[in-house]
Amino acid sequence: MSQSPEVKKGQVETTGHVWDGDLREYNNPLPRWWLWAFYGTIVFAVVYWILYPAWPYAGTYTKGVETVSFTVKEANGQEKTVTEHWNSRALFNKDMESSPSALAQKEWLGKVKDMSFEQIAANPDTLNFARSMGHALFGDHCAACHGTGGQGVLSMNLEASYPNLTDDAWIHGSSYEKIVQDITNGIHGNMPAFGALFQGEKRADLAQYVLSLSHQQGVNEEAANRGKALFATCAGCHGATGTGNQMIGAPNLTDQAWDFVDISGAKDYDEKVKLIEGVIANGMNHQMPKFGDRLSPEQIRLLAVYVRQLGGS
Amino acid sequence: MKHESIEINSALLIVLTLVVISIGGLVEIVPLFHIKGTVEQVDGVHPYTPLEQLGRDIYVREGCYLCHSQMIRPFRDEMLRYGHYSLAAESQYDHPFQWGSKRTGPDLARVGGKYSNEWMTQHLIHPQSLVPESIMPSYPWLMQPLHYGDIEARMRALRDVGVPYSLTQAEYEANVKKFGKDLADQFVIANGVESVKKEAASQNWDGNPKEITQMDALVAYLQVLGTMVDFSKYDQGYFSHFR
Repeated sequence: MSQSPEVKKGQVETTGHVWDGDLREYNNPLPRWWLWAFYGTIVFAVVYWILYPAWPYAGTYTKGVETVSFTVKEANGQEKTVTEHWNSRALFNKDMESSPSALAQKEWLGKVKDMSFEQIAANPDTLNFARSMGHALFGDHCAACHGTGGQGVLSMNLEASYPNLTDDAWIHGSSYEKIVQDITNGIHGNMPAFGALFQGEKRADLAQYVLSLSHQQGVNEEAANRGKALFATCAGCHGATGTGNQMIGAPNLTDQAWDFVDISGAKDYDEKVKLIEGVIANGMNHQMPKFGDRLSPEQIRLLAVYVRQLGGS
Repeated sequence: MKHESIEINSALLIVLTLVVISIGGLVEIVPLFHIKGTVEQVDGVHPYTPLEQLGRDIYVREGCYLCHSQMIRPFRDEMLRYGHYSLAAESQYDHPFQWGSKRTGPDLARVGGKYSNEWMTQHLIHPQSLVPESIMPSYPWLMQPLHYGDIEARMRALRDVGVPYSLTQAEYEANVKKFGKDLADQFVIANGVESVKKEAASQNWDGNPKEITQMDALVAYLQVLGTMVDFSKYDQGYFSHFR
């Protein structure tokens, strides 16, 4: 590459570089539209610096002249309007209170606020609202254990079983108030282990009796009769007739709804006995987390309506 | 210097390109270290206990971050699903932080307390047994014993990058003042092994009380995520002061 002094007149200006003796590089001016667009971006940047947070200095930064206003509820319950420089968190607060979907939801929440559970469930519109809110909340917070449809998980592994919410058997009670309470505070379901108390024959007899309560095919009546006497120990929680106690979350043993032991999935009667014996021997320990910190009281109310109607009540 | 000499000298061109690009990066990043309020003033955030820290190391080892972020962004839909948006303060003791924007699985920034220990354990061993539609892989080997003999070295390394695990009496006392005695005791580097054993025995993490497993550590870590700050103490406007 060499510099050439000869630029021929009447032709487009070249950079003056010449390669291989005759290759020259044109020096066309930048298109005017391009230049103006470029100057425009510079002006845009300056305007942006003025409007929005931009330049850092001395431990802080220029905050810009744009502002965002939103309402906050103070500790004493008073509402007050706060105006903050433009920033994503202030925009978020504003969005939470006044985006179209937030307003629509608020309107409906206002409607159901003073309604009783029964009133919400009786009115098709509010029931629909509770269903759509409940469905979303259930998907986020409950479905991981109780299944997307509320069908629960029933597995041969007791530790990995979670109650079915779609049947009409309620371990802890089906009143709206009780469901709200259980969602809010969580549940600790605990059955002590009776492995030391009931061993060998005794345990088998008791298991036979438990299965006879729900009229399982293949019960050994003789063994079940022997087990009946032992059931007195269980009656404290499960009731003298085995119908359970919702106050303390002791399941009803007389119905066909099995929430923790996969009796219906057992391949034969012997396996059913084994499963029940396992529960008697090892007890059961189930924990449902509390959602009172995670969900608002209004959300929990709607969720209770949703959960209860899953069970067909 | 003529521009031509830069263009015909590739080494110089590379060096100068890097200089120009790093100016862009530095201008964006460095001020954050000097702006007061980058890390919000908030009560409750503390370093991980030794067991939680080991769980965190397993979380990183297994590559959980490839599918799960730990950063709830300030959007209404994220708030409704995951809870309060994440604060910078909440990951101030994370090295490396687990932020991210790629979510194949859900965000885990506030997963602590959302599920029971037994669910966590079963779900990690075989996710589809609980959530049939899940695409998460199984991690059955987490039920193997946890190697915690090197916890003190791990804590010392984290101390070097600013996590206040304590080596001296003065550091310990500062921790007592800042985090309370219970936690400060666990942050004593010399007691690392003891702290791991004690915390592993304090709860039924994985349904196996006989030995300390990797599952114990991972579940302990998952259960503390996002639970340190009590957001009911702050009104909605408080955190927007810091941005």
